Amino acid sequence: MTSEFFRNRNLTLTATLLVAALFSGACGKKAPIPPPPAAPTATNTTPSSTNNTGTPGRPTATLTVAPARIERGGSVTLTWMTTNANDVSIDKGIGTVGSSGSQTLRPTDTITYTLTANGTNGSATATATVTIISPPPPVTPAVTRPNPMGTLESRLASDLKDAFFDYDSVNIRDDAHTVLVGNAAALRQIFMDFPNATVNVEGHCDERGSAEYNLGLGDRRASAARDVLVQLGVPEAKMKTISYGKERPQCTEATEACYQQNRRAHVSAGQ
Amino acid sequence: MKKRTLISVPVIAALVAGVLFAQDITTWIKKTAGDKPALAVPDFRGAGDAQPLMAVFNATLYQDLSNSGLFEMKPKSTYPLNNPQQQGDIRPQDGKGLALADWASPPVNATHLVFGFATITNGVFAVYGNVDDTRQQTVQAAQLLSNRYLGSPVEADAIRKAHEFANDIIVKFGGSASLLDSHIYFTSSRGGAGGFGTEIWVMDWDGNNQKQLTHLGAQLAHLAISPDGSRLAFTSWPLAGGQPQIGMVNAETGRKIPFYNQQASLNSAATFTPDGMKLFYSSSASGTPQIYTSALDGQGFTRITSTRGNPTEPKVNPKNPNALLFVDGNPKEQIYRMNSEGSGMERVTNGEGEASNPAWHPDGQHFAYAWTRGYQAGEFNVFVADIAEPQKYEQLTHDGRNENPVWAPDGRYLAYMHTPLKSRNAQIYTMRADGKEIKPLTTQGINRYPVWGVK
Repeated sequence: MTSEFFRNRNLTLTATLLVAALFSGACGKKAPIPPPPAAPTATNTTPSSTNNTGTPGRPTATLTVAPARIERGGSVTLTWMTTNANDVSIDKGIGTVGSSGSQTLRPTDTITYTLTANGTNGSATATATVTIISPPPPVTPAVTRPNPMGTLESRLASDLKDAFFDYDSVNIRDDAHTVLVGNAAALRQIFMDFPNATVNVEGHCDERGSAEYNLGLGDRRASAARDVLVQLGVPEAKMKTISYGKERPQCTEATEACYQQNRRAHVSAGQ
Repeated sequence: MKKRTLISVPVIAALVAGVLFAQDITTWIKKTAGDKPALAVPDFRGAGDAQPLMAVFNATLYQDLSNSGLFEMKPKSTYPLNNPQQQGDIRPQDGKGLALADWASPPVNATHLVFGFATITNGVFAVYGNVDDTRQQTVQAAQLLSNRYLGSPVEADAIRKAHEFANDIIVKFGGSASLLDSHIYFTSSRGGAGGFGTEIWVMDWDGNNQKQLTHLGAQLAHLAISPDGSRLAFTSWPLAGGQPQIGMVNAETGRKIPFYNQQASLNSAATFTPDGMKLFYSSSASGTPQIYTSALDGQGFTRITSTRGNPTEPKVNPKNPNALLFVDGNPKEQIYRMNSEGSGMERVTNGEGEASNPAWHPDGQHFAYAWTRGYQAGEFNVFVADIAEPQKYEQLTHDGRNENPVWAPDGRYLAYMHTPLKSRNAQIYTMRADGKEIKPLTTQGINRYPVWGVK
């Protein structure tokens, strides 16, 4: 069936060309210069009849659209040419048109235009189809989704706070106890997420006081904070206390605000 | 374990004896600083090729004698026109400088004349140094010192010969052990890895020849040196974080020496006993920091305190291994004393401010320490007191930024840590025992925890 279709179609095209050549020579005027080929184009001509007697023959019609495939939102140019037609029209709302011409269109869906050319000795039709293709999905950069649990270090940094102390004191203040309650809850969850993790409870001091004395003070601060965490259900075996005394300060200004920042118990990831 | 209020019979006896024989601290300091013989030190001349070396020799000799604090240095502008080069030049009478009376009388008014010369013979640099008492009637009676010093004809040896001659003079006048071969060790950020890394550095006692001793890649603090100068103990943290532990290195090579640390969150502040055979240190092995003693390798440890504070910095008396000073805080850090087995604890400082960093003088009678008396918390000055009368003290620094005093082996100088107000980068300084002749020894990086070794 397919081979038969093409065979019939080739015969039709040959006949159309012969009729056009004879007619142009008989009229003594140049045939219209066809538009430059625009590939790909959708072209369909369906002459209904031919005439080789010198009298106006039956109408012919060609209809092309370029480009034949566009993305939605794009535009196409519909071009047509007819002969021996008294009345030419294109459907899909375009209406009556001249014997030849072109028109820019912006179809939103795949559509087939049909040109009908009516003449004294018959009529001809031609069709052209515009295929609307969907734009490719936007290319989004590959995003590595973070591990919802994060790293141990990031979790400690985001979920825990430092507990602060008074000068030369290892007593857990009310605000420090509140912080440690939150830290204990966070640590219990972190140890569920990271079953093999251990943490260090660090004790730090401000720069006042001798370095040697502050080392002991930091040790007692770390132990005091660790003991509260144990009371709040954090496994003691998961925690190691470390004193840095005043050897690793967070800030080095000689102000009370800075001193307070350095008088702290801090939780860090264990080795 | 033992209450601080209990004072043992030996401690009471020592107290009574100390009070009976105690010397006023101010008098002692002045005597330590020197009884001030008046020295005239005309420049030594060099024969032939030796002369180019004499400028540095003369400068070093004068500086050593001046810095000793033992002498009143007579200004060279007052010296007579001529000066003797050797003992044979001295005449009974001259009037132009070749007679000792010319130096004893105005305008010089020197009690002693330091003179000599140098030669280079067969490639050997030789210095002939003399000290005469200008007040003696005869040349023979005047001669106190006549020595020859041999070395290579190079500037470094000229400096060393000047140090040696100056040292002999100091000893002759009652000064104690020589500082010539002593070294000061300290921690420095120079060569330290990472943000907090420090290493041990060493320098001559006058600040020259500073060099990095260790390459441990750690954070080091709280240095101590053995009495023979062969070992250094310290507190160390891993750079990546970890519990403080005691480390030990060879003071000459910087190589690590094995040391057993107790299973504890804290092992720190180790010091040597006078015989160099044991250590005292602070450890939290029992739960809170307490003082322990152990063998030199850390084995055989014994706990000797049970206080509620943070006892640390145990310092054994160099003349009495049974007597310790240490620091405890209950509530504020103060200096205490106790016997070596932990008995007889009592507070030494009066409870005012914070007091720490006790450092025994080589005589075992006096001690230097850091105290905030009269200043804000954390603003320490160096003080000296007599253990028999600690309520009497002498303040040596006055800007509130001085800690960690340690005595020179001769007991005439102190090294300490000074933190300038502006840069806040701690540096190592020395000063005479009377608080004078303050001299910065380091200027680069952050330098802390000085100790003064005998070699």
